[in-house]
Amino acid sequence: MRRHHVPQLVGLWMTFALAPVLAPAGTAHAASPPLRVVASFSVLADMVREVGGSSVEVISLVGPNADAHVFSPTPADARRVARADLVVINGLHFEGWIDRLVRASGYAGPVVVASSGIVARQAGLALDAHAWQSLTHAKRYVENIRAAVVAAMPSHGPAIDARAADYLRRIVALEHDTIAAIGRLPAKRRRVITAHDAFGYFSAAYGIEFVSPRTWSGDSEPSAEAIARLIREARTQHAGALLLENIGDPRLIERMAREAGVGVGGALYSDALSPPGTVADTYLRMFAHNVRTIVEALSTVQLSAKEAR
Amino acid sequence: MTAYALLVQPFVEFGFMRRALVATLALGLSCGPMGTLLVLRRMSLAGDAIAHALLPGAALAFVAFGFSLWAMSLGGFFAAMLVAGLAGLVARLTPQREDASFAAFYLIALAAGVMIVSLRGSSVDLMHVLFGSILAVDDASLLLVAGIASVSLLVLAAIYRPLVVECFDPGFLRSVSRAGPWMHGLFLVLLVLNLVAGFQALGTLMAVGLLMLPAVAARFWASEVWSLAVVSSLFALLSGGCGLLLSYHANLPSGPAIVLWAGGIYATSLLFGRRDSVMARWLAHRWHRSV
Repeated sequence: MRRHHVPQLVGLWMTFALAPVLAPAGTAHAASPPLRVVASFSVLADMVREVGGSSVEVISLVGPNADAHVFSPTPADARRVARADLVVINGLHFEGWIDRLVRASGYAGPVVVASSGIVARQAGLALDAHAWQSLTHAKRYVENIRAAVVAAMPSHGPAIDARAADYLRRIVALEHDTIAAIGRLPAKRRRVITAHDAFGYFSAAYGIEFVSPRTWSGDSEPSAEAIARLIREARTQHAGALLLENIGDPRLIERMAREAGVGVGGALYSDALSPPGTVADTYLRMFAHNVRTIVEALSTVQLSAKEAR
Repeated sequence: MTAYALLVQPFVEFGFMRRALVATLALGLSCGPMGTLLVLRRMSLAGDAIAHALLPGAALAFVAFGFSLWAMSLGGFFAAMLVAGLAGLVARLTPQREDASFAAFYLIALAAGVMIVSLRGSSVDLMHVLFGSILAVDDASLLLVAGIASVSLLVLAAIYRPLVVECFDPGFLRSVSRAGPWMHGLFLVLLVLNLVAGFQALGTLMAVGLLMLPAVAARFWASEVWSLAVVSSLFALLSGGCGLLLSYHANLPSGPAIVLWAGGIYATSLLFGRRDSVMARWLAHRWHRSV
């Protein structure tokens, strides 16, 4: 909450925050039945939670640490969608299964595409769907979500607008920190390797180069050639570090790191948040964690290179 | 491209290629005799059934202990032993044949495995585990695979005679000794161990390919048990090496590349093998006619 809105907002906010507590279960509470939102994956669910606060009740179809690329919906998911007041998806073909799920569930309400309005990057022949890996695009996500939630419950408009504005301010603050932290790294050292190419937007926005085997997405089995090329690239192009992701086979990355003679930095979170109470359980914490991991991995490499000399 | 760049350089330049090669060598050495004996005992499909039976054990261990080689191997081992034991028990206590009860139990195990996989919520990491990758073999997996191969070869050498006798004349073995059922049980334990090793290196499904295809192909070249085993081991080694090179040069996934090589060797043997192949039969037929 920001200072200049404080008096009326605190009042409003308290009403919403306490509403579920005060209202006995089952009673129709005309003022604020929470808006039931189904988000396709954990990052979107967190954004909706930030924007909607207690005015919304969010369910994520793909949970923490799970991969939305290969998710297969269950009947329970269809039921959740059918009961929803609002469905939020990423778009850019990230959730290939969502159209069928929405159709199968009989849901007739609005489907918000959080990435709409973003100029998508091309990744090979397809569009790169991982737009939330840029904080600039995240602002667009938040704006799309805000507009949809306000349209669904106009009476809560001012409170939601205020929460969204506050959230946007925190995103901007993190963006400044990110640019500053990466700016402190020497330009030659801004190169890391990951298993699956999910950081195109991050790379374009913040100038860290991500090398990953082009022919290999997380869901297919890698060829020896792809691994060999990556090791060679790591050896010759002086990549700073190899970073894990929270999804995928860790043995392979460790093997490659050892062979390429680069360090294994911590895990990056690309397509999913970590479970609640852990290091990357919200979108902002996930982003900050990724930045910290990359900066730390590249800084330690620099140290060891100096020692080698 | 020189022969050196084609055949040797990938293994010299990359440690992961060397590890993968050593893993397939170890697997091939023990898969040769194991596969041969499976074919002789008319248990060609039992390998497939038992490989599927590993799934719920490995999946449960993964859910409970995370990505732990030892937990998953042990879990897979016990699940497969349970299925093999139950199938054997049912075959002994009821008129139902062993292959029928194998089929029943492995289907149950497979369904349980898929259920556990989906309860976990995330399927992708588990799929990596179950379909493994020979390119990700680390020191611990390599030790496990090599250890299991050595133990299998030693135990097979020790029980070779009764095992072979039981294949051809179970009545004779029963009349001279009461070791028959024990031999069979020990053989099943070895089979499960080999599949656990293969599952670590290649993933459950591909492991069976390396076990059965070379053994079935060897039948078109050799006739004694020992020579069948030697030929099928050679075929397994050849498939492993060539499959890895194919995966390296043609940018193909390595597990299927290895098994498809084994499949190619089988098809070639079927057509042009020395004994009972299509060509051998055709030649024999023509020779008969001319006489």
